[in-house]
Amino acid sequence: MDLSHRRYLYSAIIVGVALLYILRLFYIQVIDDSYKLDAMNNSRRFEVHHPARGLVFDRNGKLIVANEAAYDLMVVTGQIKDLDTAALLDIIHVSKESFMTEFKKAKKNRYRPYPIIKQISAETYARLQEQLYNFPGFYVQTRTVRNYPYHCGALVLGYISEVNNNDIKENNYYEQGDYIGKIGIEKTYESYLRGVKGGNYYQVDVKGRVKGSLEDGKYDKPVVLGKNITTTLDISLQEYGERLMQNKKGSIVAIDPKTGEILALVSAPTFDPNIMVGRLVSENYSKLANDPLKPLYNRPIQGDRYPPGSTFKTLNALVGLQEGIVNQHTMYGCQAGYYSGGLHVGCHNHESPIDLIESIKMSCNAYYCNEFRAILDAPKYASVRDGFLTWQSHIKSFGLGNKLGVDLPSERPGIIPRAEYYDKIYGKNRWKSLTIVSLSIGQGEISMTPLQMANVAATIANKGYYYTPHIVKEIDDTVFDKSFIQRHETKINKNYFDLVTEGMYQVVQGGYGATAWHIALKDIAICGKTGTAQNPHGIDHSIFMAFAPRENPQIAISVYVENAGFGATWAAPIASLMIEKYLSDTITNAWREKQILEKDFIH
Amino acid sequence: MARQIGNILRNLDWQIIIIYVFLVFAGWVNIYSAVYDETASSIFDVSQKYGKQLIWITAAFLLAIGIIILDSRFYFSFAYVFYFFILLSLILVYFIAPEIKGARSWIEVGPLRVQPSEFAKLATSVVIARYLGSFGVKVTRWSDALKLFILLFLPASLIVLQGDAGSALVFATFFFVFYREGMPFFIILLGVWAALIFSLSIIWGGTALSVIITIISLLAFYFYAFQKTHRLSLIVVALITLAFVVPITVYFIFDLTLNPAIIFLLGFALVAVPALIYSYRKRSLTLLLLFAIGLGSVAISQSVEYVFDNILEEHQQKRINVFFGLESDPKGSEFNVIQSKIAIGSGDLTGKGFLNGTQTKNDFVPEQSTDFIFCTIGEEWGFLGSFLIIGLFVYLILRILYDAEQQRTAFSRIYGYCVASILFIHILINIGMTIGLMPVIGIPLPFFSYGGSSLWGFTLLLFIFVKLDANRDELIQ
Repeated sequence: MDLSHRRYLYSAIIVGVALLYILRLFYIQVIDDSYKLDAMNNSRRFEVHHPARGLVFDRNGKLIVANEAAYDLMVVTGQIKDLDTAALLDIIHVSKESFMTEFKKAKKNRYRPYPIIKQISAETYARLQEQLYNFPGFYVQTRTVRNYPYHCGALVLGYISEVNNNDIKENNYYEQGDYIGKIGIEKTYESYLRGVKGGNYYQVDVKGRVKGSLEDGKYDKPVVLGKNITTTLDISLQEYGERLMQNKKGSIVAIDPKTGEILALVSAPTFDPNIMVGRLVSENYSKLANDPLKPLYNRPIQGDRYPPGSTFKTLNALVGLQEGIVNQHTMYGCQAGYYSGGLHVGCHNHESPIDLIESIKMSCNAYYCNEFRAILDAPKYASVRDGFLTWQSHIKSFGLGNKLGVDLPSERPGIIPRAEYYDKIYGKNRWKSLTIVSLSIGQGEISMTPLQMANVAATIANKGYYYTPHIVKEIDDTVFDKSFIQRHETKINKNYFDLVTEGMYQVVQGGYGATAWHIALKDIAICGKTGTAQNPHGIDHSIFMAFAPRENPQIAISVYVENAGFGATWAAPIASLMIEKYLSDTITNAWREKQILEKDFIH
Repeated sequence: MARQIGNILRNLDWQIIIIYVFLVFAGWVNIYSAVYDETASSIFDVSQKYGKQLIWITAAFLLAIGIIILDSRFYFSFAYVFYFFILLSLILVYFIAPEIKGARSWIEVGPLRVQPSEFAKLATSVVIARYLGSFGVKVTRWSDALKLFILLFLPASLIVLQGDAGSALVFATFFFVFYREGMPFFIILLGVWAALIFSLSIIWGGTALSVIITIISLLAFYFYAFQKTHRLSLIVVALITLAFVVPITVYFIFDLTLNPAIIFLLGFALVAVPALIYSYRKRSLTLLLLFAIGLGSVAISQSVEYVFDNILEEHQQKRINVFFGLESDPKGSEFNVIQSKIAIGSGDLTGKGFLNGTQTKNDFVPEQSTDFIFCTIGEEWGFLGSFLIIGLFVYLILRILYDAEQQRTAFSRIYGYCVASILFIHILINIGMTIGLMPVIGIPLPFFSYGGSSLWGFTLLLFIFVKLDANRDELIQ
């Protein structure tokens, strides 16, 4: 019997198996890419080199954010031989429990380096280095961490910490274990400060041993150093401001009106930025985040629940002048307050009637209720609503109601109410000038951040324009952001500022009876305006807005002390001390300084 | 004499020889690549695996030439002698060989390490060809089939005893040869079926599978019985149902701690009586066959546990469990497969190029120069390289089958089929293992894997056939 035909079935089986295998090979080699990725992860190691982060200087060239070396103890568990845990713990002074929890995590990948103890001290490192050969698989990786020699400006300077999953998702530059600026300058100027990490690719074998460079370093990436930054801050002024604000809640913002450069940005209460460095970062962070006094809340730029109070009268005066509603000689009477319909706005005792300059000097509520209503009700506008819109456009030209655009994260816009807002509450054309008269004295549906208030002071000092306040003066090898050298003009004629400036001059230099006569300095003419803002959180906020000297102003300032009472009592003297400190670097009134330093509004 | 040599040279199948030489050198280059690192010396350095392989290759070529010169009747005449010596050496190995990786399969002779099991395939091929090729021997005759089975069983079981079950598995390939010589194809299907039952028993557990098979068998019986609606068949069905239902009920209701194997065998024994009577009365083989397959399946699924626990070594159990996904062993045998797939899978269409395989060079794949040599091909030469190698192997095997059919003697033909089948099963298992389609069974890739015994074994195997083929006109019995 001839069975030779049987070879066909057999051949078919063989060819069938071969085809099956070839299809499988085609799938895993050509179609499925996951193996290529695995192979890459398997066999190459990228040794990252982190550039040193850029340094930060103040306006006078003082180093305010420095770098110092930190040491991470790394482990590759696959290379461990005869580990004497007790001996190791003896050197590094770490509890067995915390070591073991980290060690377990490290063991998840036997061949990947894992930072088992982060940021060991220099002394520990020195001790460990002599013994390290006893612990194969362990080595020390050097990194730089931040150091803040002046112990101040925590929220302005910011801090850096390890990236979280969100950071990685948002920007694929970052990898687990990288550091990123979290708040302040560290955050806004992250891309300049951090530089660009680079590194070398190595081929590694199955045990993680380096077998040489990958294709002669073809894929290696050069490190780009972080850029140094010079800020506009005057660190000694910042330090002094923080000292004055100790045991108080509030803020101080000082600006150079000529340039918009922020000289000091104090948020109180605050903390030493050096606690956000090192092993206790996360512990300290949660302490700060849970503190009821909110030290992480950057009041100067985020505080948008601050009514400007009487400081706002300066702006209402300017609008009235610009719109021709009042002039230097317009007088209004005041019978210890303003009465209209059922409404009564109280005022303090002063002579009556008074003119515009006097009204600022005495901070007369009645004057501004009358003046504000006169603006809105002026026959030249078709309606109160139109009058309000005109008023609003003047006010907004001071940068109010919108973010100024400062180069710090999380700035808030403050509130300048919109006509639609009143339409909604009262009904269209149902609201009158009397309905919203509290705006005349900076109360009601209005708020400014302390930065905006300092900027208003700067604008008045400049007689009608401002530069966007900013914190960074120079970045190495980088052209400065143009938006900071662009002049923003207000809609108020330059001449009207002279009157308001005179009023503000009188506030301090107007002799006994002027609202802030007690803070006057012998050699420096301060132009200021007090404010006392009612608020739903308790005692009135004490506010002061000023610039100095009157001629050729060099500093514009706003001081906000929460729940401290009259503006003249606390905010004004603080402003005076700050101005004196900045302009003459001496304090003539030691008694005043002592009183401020000792005052405690918190405990 | 010169004319004679000229004749031989002309008659040689040069296609086979060229493919052989190409594969052997391709293997050598890939071994160099697998062992290579940046400190590697010249490819001729005999202190390294690649240098040694070159010596083995040279020796293999000398062997090949020797075989071609030697009279081809020699193998026929000395078939039983070879076989006897191989059996002897397999026994010897068991007693004197040192244990290497759980197996005692190497004899050390001076600087050489010889693995007799690599030559057992050859000896068995010769003896099968000799016996099955004898006049009057038929694979379909029970007594002859039994003798053939014994010829396979002796070396295979000795190799299992050495702890090298993988090499023993290769002997199953001779059933392809028997098929060519007249064995019904369904026996191969039964073998596949048995392997399937074995696998499923491991995955699902013997008892569960037995229940499934029993239900399928019952359904088959019913189907059969209702096709032939005799009174007798209905009685048979009733009895069968009873025979299964009773023990299963007893088992589940009374919760007896009885070995389930006994329950199922009891059930089948009860079925056996009516089934046998019925098949006898009706002269029907179908029912008997159904019965036998059902019983066999249950027997396999019930014995798997025993085989698994008592015959297989621990590392083999692990490999099988890992293959079926029952056990995870990413640092052990699963590691090999994962890394092997990564190496091959990262090769892409054209590969990373000679000596550029990152997985290959940096020791990610264990046993890479021996059992996992295909990874190097896959990684460095890509899909095209893999395709070429598989294509060449398939062409080689088909060529051998073609030549075998041209032989004038049953001995040469059967021997040819043996050679083709041995190559086939090695490729099936070895390459299948590296791409995760087969469990990890440590057998070499013919002509490629590092090692003298394996290379010489395959060279002898192949060249004896080349010689037989060259002489086919003179070999007329």
